[in-house]
Amino acid sequence: MTRVGVVALNTFREAVRDRVLYNLVFFALVMMAAAILVGQISIGIEQIVIISLGLSAISIIGLLIAVFIGVGLVSKEIDKRTLYALLAKPLRRWEFLAGKFAGLVLTLTVNTAAMAAGLFLALYYVKHSLQRADLVVLVAVYFILLKLALVVALAMLFSCFTSPLLAILFTAGLYVAGLFVHAMRGLQGGLMSPALAAVLRAVSYVLPNFENFDVMGAAAHGRAIPGALIAQNTAYAALYCALTLGVAAAIFSQRNLK
Amino acid sequence: MTEAAIEIENLTKDYPYGFLQLKKKRSLEGLTMQVQTGEVFGFLGPNGAGKSTTIKLLMRLIFPTAGTARILGKPISDIAMHRRIGYLPEQPYFYDYLTAAEVLDYFARFHDFSAEERRARVERTLKKVGLETAGRIQLRKYSKGMLQRVGLAQAILHDPEVVVLDEPMSGLDPVGRREVRDIILELKKQGKTVLFSTHILSDAEMLCDRVGVIVGGKLQGVGAPGELVGMKAQGMEILFEVAGGEEIPEVKNNLLALSARTGDRYRLQVEESALYTAIEELKAAGARILSVTQVKPSLEEYFMHLVATDRAQAAAVEVSAK
Amino acid sequence: MNWKGTIALLVLVPLGLAGVWDLQKHIDAQQRTVETEDDQVILRSSKLVKEMSLEYAPLVADIYWTRVVQYFGNKHAGKQLDLRLLWPLLDVTSVLDPQLMPVYHFGSTFLSDAPPRGAGRPDLAVELLERGIRANPEQWRLYYDLGFVYYFDEKDYAKASQAFYDGSKIPGALIWMKVMAAKIAAEGESLQTSIFLWQDVYNTTKDAAVKENAQTHLQLLRAQEDCKQIDALADEYQKRFGRRPARISEMVQAGLLRGVPVDALGYPYTLSEEGKAELNLESPLLEKQVMVQPSN
Repeated sequence: MTRVGVVALNTFREAVRDRVLYNLVFFALVMMAAAILVGQISIGIEQIVIISLGLSAISIIGLLIAVFIGVGLVSKEIDKRTLYALLAKPLRRWEFLAGKFAGLVLTLTVNTAAMAAGLFLALYYVKHSLQRADLVVLVAVYFILLKLALVVALAMLFSCFTSPLLAILFTAGLYVAGLFVHAMRGLQGGLMSPALAAVLRAVSYVLPNFENFDVMGAAAHGRAIPGALIAQNTAYAALYCALTLGVAAAIFSQRNLK
Repeated sequence: MTEAAIEIENLTKDYPYGFLQLKKKRSLEGLTMQVQTGEVFGFLGPNGAGKSTTIKLLMRLIFPTAGTARILGKPISDIAMHRRIGYLPEQPYFYDYLTAAEVLDYFARFHDFSAEERRARVERTLKKVGLETAGRIQLRKYSKGMLQRVGLAQAILHDPEVVVLDEPMSGLDPVGRREVRDIILELKKQGKTVLFSTHILSDAEMLCDRVGVIVGGKLQGVGAPGELVGMKAQGMEILFEVAGGEEIPEVKNNLLALSARTGDRYRLQVEESALYTAIEELKAAGARILSVTQVKPSLEEYFMHLVATDRAQAAAVEVSAK
Repeated sequence: MNWKGTIALLVLVPLGLAGVWDLQKHIDAQQRTVETEDDQVILRSSKLVKEMSLEYAPLVADIYWTRVVQYFGNKHAGKQLDLRLLWPLLDVTSVLDPQLMPVYHFGSTFLSDAPPRGAGRPDLAVELLERGIRANPEQWRLYYDLGFVYYFDEKDYAKASQAFYDGSKIPGALIWMKVMAAKIAAEGESLQTSIFLWQDVYNTTKDAAVKENAQTHLQLLRAQEDCKQIDALADEYQKRFGRRPARISEMVQAGLLRGVPVDALGYPYTLSEEGKAELNLESPLLEKQVMVQPSN
């Protein structure tokens, strides 16, 4: 197994032994059950409610894990000094980062899959059958996972050079900013100088655009998602993650551990 | 001549501090020294002298402001070289959700052992550091001493040629310290090179072929423990008694003032050359000479002397800076 | 803890909680005098809510929708007339999730219907439906709802016909959409058309409130039709006997009616002082009648 893989599996093992994760997943499953009840309030929209509530739960819980544990991946190892003995091994610093990233993404994938299974169960309970059209929900879950991977990469980047608290704030801030890209692009010159508007437009393209992954409406209403979008989003996430981790590795390689 | 196992040349480390990180604190200055293959080298110094800094620089946990270092003839940036060295960090801490066996197994995976060999080595090493029975308990339940042993275990598990230990005795009870000493001696017998830092001088005296004393970020002296202190021979000590304690001639006052007094007895240290003069003066003043012994200086006094000197210098620098 | 401590705890904690409960009731009573029931939709700006929902807009839409259902249920139960808050809720919900079809169906029905059944704002219903059509051009039922509003509440038969016609062109639309378009273009309002439309709503809607509303309309239409027939018979009576009948029973005696006709709820019709048929004063249908009756 590669060195990156060794670090990744150890990270995964740590997450598995951390009972907090199980509580979160359990909570999400409870949400699914609640969705079934809520759907009864208005006939005809049970499916919509279950899917939107389920996807929201998966997304929010995933984000919490990605931000808080993502930031801790590096900072905890530095604070607790578990990193010291590790770096004396034949392990490059970037391999360490890559392994940590892979381990958390693996953890998130397993968690998300478990919650998605719960979601499909709830859907089946209400509809008594599942059709091919319901696969669009799976695409929505996949997009959530892409989004989470990107958040983890950002969290790791910030935690390489700021305190854990600041890293959390920056990551959360960047996530929210990434949801308002459309607002940044839509600003008219009337409110501000054209130069500033142009700068904001440019920034809007560079910022991680989390709107790309928002397909909850389509999933809830059973509208198909074009394959081209799936491919493009995958490429976007992969590229952006690689860039982010690359910068993180560069910073981390030069960092003096205390 | 065999290549030195560890070569350090002009290693310097500045730490920025202050509001905008503009001021610099020099925690290591121009360190140049070598550790020969197969020797046990002790790195001595008070807390904050730069011992840990040096070791962390060697392990590339921190980066030098100036200077270079080589281990086993390779630059310290050579990752492959890391296979042949072992490192015990200061106050080690490992993933507390793992057991000792799991931690060792995890670290072992970075080397190219087969699964079987890995298992065998883990068992063997656990036994060597006295953690056979505790091997399956999660580290969160370990005492400090047990953690120290796990640290030691992961440093030697892969049979490295060079072993670097940062304060290996800290947190251990006398039994533990004895075990660590035994391990170090065994490593030496196997022909390994050991560099360890400590502020416990008796350990250094007992174990080391050579010691390097570092105070205030500067290397003050390197050599065999005996040699070093031999450099500062202290002279002779006269033990004498003054009956009654009154009516002391003036001559003796100078000498008395320089003596340490316990009841009626006085101890006086003099240079070897001034010995007989002092004895005559004391006898003439009516003191009874009890004994004359050669003062064998201890590493501790050498040490204290260095520390005091360094502090005086630092204070002088501060005063002149004001 | 020793047994003395345990007993003390078991006694004191329930007492304490009882005290808290009692105190809370007093505070609640106080609050009611201090705060008037403030029926506010806290966030009325649909744009603002949409931005604040980040990527969870469909979920927030569902939450707002349950509020709509709750709100309407409360209002109906409390028999209050004012449905001013219905529009903001519908507005926000439709912006958050433009594909949530029940919003348009339910919303348009109760926005356009006159009080006491609805809010009496057909113009808002039209706006809502047009918004829905823009977001869901393939949903022919929206055109149906639109035509409905124009026909019944706006009484704009040209636009109603146009709506039915536009809807008929969408694949999947039922054939009578086209028929309806032609009929309304030709006749304007007609009892037959009205009954047909309400009957269709009654048969196809899945929403309980909408179904109930449709039933009421059908009952009223039937009553209207019945009254017309009774009036015609009363005219016949006048021709025969030279005066308007004073009571329905007189018409029965004259052989013009077989029995006293009753409305859909079982209440017999009566005659007004001018000899016109109308609903029984005790019939609940009277309350639900449109306040402003078109003269026909």
